[in-house]
Amino acid sequence: MLSRYIRLAVAIAAAASVATCASAEEPERKGIPAPPGHVFKTIISGYQFRSKETRALQDDDLENPGFLAVERAADAWKKVEGSEGKSCMSCHGEAETSMKGVGAAMPKWDDKLAKPVNLEQRINICRSEHMKAEPWKFKSRELTDMTTFVRYQSHGMPVAVKTDGPMSPWFERGKQTYYTRYGQLDLACASCHERNNGKFMRADFLSQGQTNGFPTYRLRDQRLVPLHERFEGCMFDVRAEPFKPLSDEFLALELYVAWRGIGLPVETPSVRN
Amino acid sequence: MAEKPRLKLPKEATKGEIIQIKTLVSHVMESGQRKDAQGKPIPRKIINKFTCEFNGKPVFSCVLEPAISANPYIQFDARIDEAGTFKFAWTDDDGSVITAEEKIALKA
Repeated sequence: MLSRYIRLAVAIAAAASVATCASAEEPERKGIPAPPGHVFKTIISGYQFRSKETRALQDDDLENPGFLAVERAADAWKKVEGSEGKSCMSCHGEAETSMKGVGAAMPKWDDKLAKPVNLEQRINICRSEHMKAEPWKFKSRELTDMTTFVRYQSHGMPVAVKTDGPMSPWFERGKQTYYTRYGQLDLACASCHERNNGKFMRADFLSQGQTNGFPTYRLRDQRLVPLHERFEGCMFDVRAEPFKPLSDEFLALELYVAWRGIGLPVETPSVRN
Repeated sequence: MAEKPRLKLPKEATKGEIIQIKTLVSHVMESGQRKDAQGKPIPRKIINKFTCEFNGKPVFSCVLEPAISANPYIQFDARIDEAGTFKFAWTDDDGSVITAEEKIALKA
């Protein structure tokens, strides 16, 4: 009887030491302090949850494959398309100055449409209204490249979405989506990214689900993935029927999730698993 | 797909210096193992060979295989004994070749 207790005690001690070892090995995750009234105490970028090899790939401007897209779109920026004979540059000039900070503030309210629009939609509005060119399809390389290029002009700038005024009902809608359980697995965004971030799931760390690095070069896809495609992927993984990309549901969610990462530096093009 | 590859090497070096060269090229590297939505195999299309020459002399070359990821990144070192031009070439399965060159000078 006594020996059994001793064995149990040894087992507990061993388990405890394994647990401390594991936590000691975990990398320290640096974040930024959240503003008052925020859901997190510390807002942490997805970068902090990735391995040092993946981080190194993102940090080196030459190795980072996302920059291939930035360079492609830098050429597309100057390319005249559509019946108006205009390129992006005809109206906006040099992207380095005119697009600075634009990507960090998306999605943004559009008075004409009376709804928020994100960067992909804004690019396509420009194409169809001002250039009279065919809008790019969502997930097309052209649209993702251009989104990456424009967002890259805000690289290092803090995410700064506006959630007040006409945006507030959209913010609330996004919040509701975030906390609603979906799919056969009955999981909400919050189940993983709020309550369990930092924990191990399927040999990987759950992040806070921040959007500051999007579009992101995903190593599993070997290409840049726009945010709404990632949303779709998450919903697919919980065996739910995903909303459509660029739908109002995802737009509200994009707004809300951007607020959850308010103040984080824009990392586009980031590299993730 | 005729895009400019990304290259990184110093503009100048001292004689005998060993420099690091980084290259990244945009390519799908389709392995030939995958099938499309109709179940038909997607034909293989990869960069199968990379070469680097300096003033006409080979510096580095390698054969690439289908398991290599899209947008192959290749990094290697070279010793600089004279000023000259590096020529890089990526050979595609379809026979097309992506080329790039970069000059390097000797530090006075």
